[in-house]
Amino acid sequence: MDARLEDPIAAGIAAQSDEAAGSRHQTLWWRLASIALFCGAWEIAGLVPINLAFPTFSSTVAAFFEMVGDGTMLKAYALTLQPLIIGLIVSAVLGISIGVAMGLRKSVEWMAAPIFIVLQAAPVAAVIPMVTFIYGIGLTAKVISVCLLALPVIVLNSYKAVANVNPSLINMCRSFLGSRWQQILKIILPDASPVIFAGLRLGISAGFIGIILAELLITPTGIGDLITYHRAVANYAHMYATIASVIVFSAATLSVLQWVEERWIRPEKKGS
Amino acid sequence: MVAVTRKFPREPHGEDMASLESIISVRGINKVYPGQVHALKDVDLDFPAGALTTLLGPSGCGKTTLLKIIAGLLAPTTGDVLVKGKKVTAPGPERAFVFQDFALMPWATVLRNVGFGLELRGLAEAKRNEIARRSIEQVGLSGFEDKYPHELSGGMRQRVGLARALAVDADVLLLDEPFSAVDEQNRRKFQEDLLRLREIERKTFIFVTHSIEEAVYLSDRIVLLSRRPGQVSQIIAPQIDRSGTPDEIRRDRAYLDTVEEIWQGLRQFVD
Amino acid sequence: MTLFGYRLPMMSSLIVWCLIWEIVGRLELVLLFPPFSGVLAALVDLVQTQKFWDATWTTISTFCIGMVLAIVCGVALGVLMGRVKAAENLLGMWVNVFASAPLSALVPVLMILFGMGAKTIVVSVFLFAIWIIALDTQAGVKHITPSLIDMARSFGAGRRDIYAKIILWAALPEILAGIRLGFIRGVKGVVIGQLLVSIIGYGELFEIYSRSFLMEDFWALTIVLFAFALLVAELVGMLEKRIEYYAGVRQ
Repeated sequence: MDARLEDPIAAGIAAQSDEAAGSRHQTLWWRLASIALFCGAWEIAGLVPINLAFPTFSSTVAAFFEMVGDGTMLKAYALTLQPLIIGLIVSAVLGISIGVAMGLRKSVEWMAAPIFIVLQAAPVAAVIPMVTFIYGIGLTAKVISVCLLALPVIVLNSYKAVANVNPSLINMCRSFLGSRWQQILKIILPDASPVIFAGLRLGISAGFIGIILAELLITPTGIGDLITYHRAVANYAHMYATIASVIVFSAATLSVLQWVEERWIRPEKKGS
Repeated sequence: MVAVTRKFPREPHGEDMASLESIISVRGINKVYPGQVHALKDVDLDFPAGALTTLLGPSGCGKTTLLKIIAGLLAPTTGDVLVKGKKVTAPGPERAFVFQDFALMPWATVLRNVGFGLELRGLAEAKRNEIARRSIEQVGLSGFEDKYPHELSGGMRQRVGLARALAVDADVLLLDEPFSAVDEQNRRKFQEDLLRLREIERKTFIFVTHSIEEAVYLSDRIVLLSRRPGQVSQIIAPQIDRSGTPDEIRRDRAYLDTVEEIWQGLRQFVD
Repeated sequence: MTLFGYRLPMMSSLIVWCLIWEIVGRLELVLLFPPFSGVLAALVDLVQTQKFWDATWTTISTFCIGMVLAIVCGVALGVLMGRVKAAENLLGMWVNVFASAPLSALVPVLMILFGMGAKTIVVSVFLFAIWIIALDTQAGVKHITPSLIDMARSFGAGRRDIYAKIILWAALPEILAGIRLGFIRGVKGVVIGQLLVSIIGYGELFEIYSRSFLMEDFWALTIVLFAFALLVAELVGMLEKRIEYYAGVRQ
């Protein structure tokens, strides 16, 4: 089964890149049309209004700039990004190490695989509130939440990457008298790195989800706080603005990562 | 010139091959895969130094398996592989392998790929680049040193694989259907190039193919393997005058007769 | 992997992990983990309470409604994006964005729009599941060899036949893969929805247990949820296996 299907971005790429490269120009126009359609629909929905608590697109944008202007948006992101970045670094280092070890040694695979498979499929969100009750409402609990969501994804992708290295290349290395270490460093890791990087990208996506969950479920700080506060005082435009900014931020970061992945990691595998 | 054929299951020692020593011998090779798949049965062969021997047979006859066992990439269930009289169980510096699917590192340039065997042995970069460049020139890829595999055609990629095997200066070159993933025109060109290469490099070649014409065109000796379980069914030494142009060779009476004879011998194995 | 010559089945290390859990719990090393045996006992008690079954009913019903809607709309959307270029150009970007975005941020919005009840949960499940279903369906539809469709048309098939007899079947492996992933996301959606709404279903139970530090009940409930998620994924996986025989040779 096509493993790309598990990766929403790769599935999206797979669906779109299979045709001949259309003109850049054309894609840009379609993008703009798409955005216009979305914003237009939003504006209309707010004007109708479909719900008294549904602000128009324009009022949301206004609220967004207001929050950027008075610094609340920036402060909120700073507070939210701290545990996110720490959690992601921990998850990346730990995750890649465990995943690669799983790919290289059957015993590690046997011990670790079930745990991470369960963690990836299961609704780990259920555990987050309990984590907070035990570890307090500070940085630790939030970092743990990020790790809980990001680690399984990174581990499983790294493991899959190492396990699916082209056996012909390994044979080639053996035939030229490469030692096991040489096989690992010169063949396995380079061949696995695109999938490992894709795993990192998915892990970052999961980490985002983790931190937002943590902030919504636990005593909120940062972005979660903004959302909850504005909801409580019925500043719906501000609340929507914050939520939209989170979605946009997440999409933008992932786009950048995807670009990096295509450009630097495996330029010859673009679109495959 | 008439093709001489021998129908012995065992290797005739020294007769038509004059005083050529066997650089590689296999004795009593059996390979059984899990699930009782008997790939090779009681294979005894000698490979004379400096000659090009081809392993030929229908698919599933175990010729690639045998080649990998000789290379040390696969362990036989029973039997021994002897290189220059000494038993070996793993890859060694005297044998170099050329892969059917090229096995090039997609993230490395042609230069690095060709020098990879030397890199694994710890040679300094300057030295191995120098040797690599010479090999690249030998296979006709000068100017492509800084290209990546994805920028090359199938034929060119296989030249890189060949250059890599030449760079380590092994005594024996093992080629696993090297031209099967390449188009027909390039394939013919490769065959002609390989013949020319043989005149320069006094190496031993062990070749695996399923193409009868290719085998007869290139080989000093052809070992025919039967269907699974693979056993040696015939050994043929085509007596063909290879001094003419490629086209002359392909129209030579002896060449055509040998091809026909082998085809008749292998027909029984076609579904 | 093999131990003393015996091949160990894949998930068998979970038994070892349960043992480790038991030991960690007994020694009270980590407050978060009570002894595994205690959790099992709590589980046995839990399944005998009415409250649990009420909560389970809420969870399963909202989950099923949400998933059915997500599958129907997701497959339709995916087929549309796969067959109509304009749809793909206009909608593709958004589907991609939402497939990777932290959708839990949207739940507060849902709570305002749909209230604090089961409706919100259904919409949660729907939103969590639909995007990956649409994306994978789109991928499946786009990968259909044109010659299959040409073949159908050459034998006089009309629009409806082509969709029902060719397209859906040819894309089915990817559609099922998308649905399997959609189910997993749907379970996350139902849990997150309930946790945030926190006054119904499992959310309510979790709230009670967390407040009173009833660790064993908490883990018992968590295990039930995890098992549910895995079971659902496994069931779709079995469906996928049944059509595996042709998935690989399509071309």
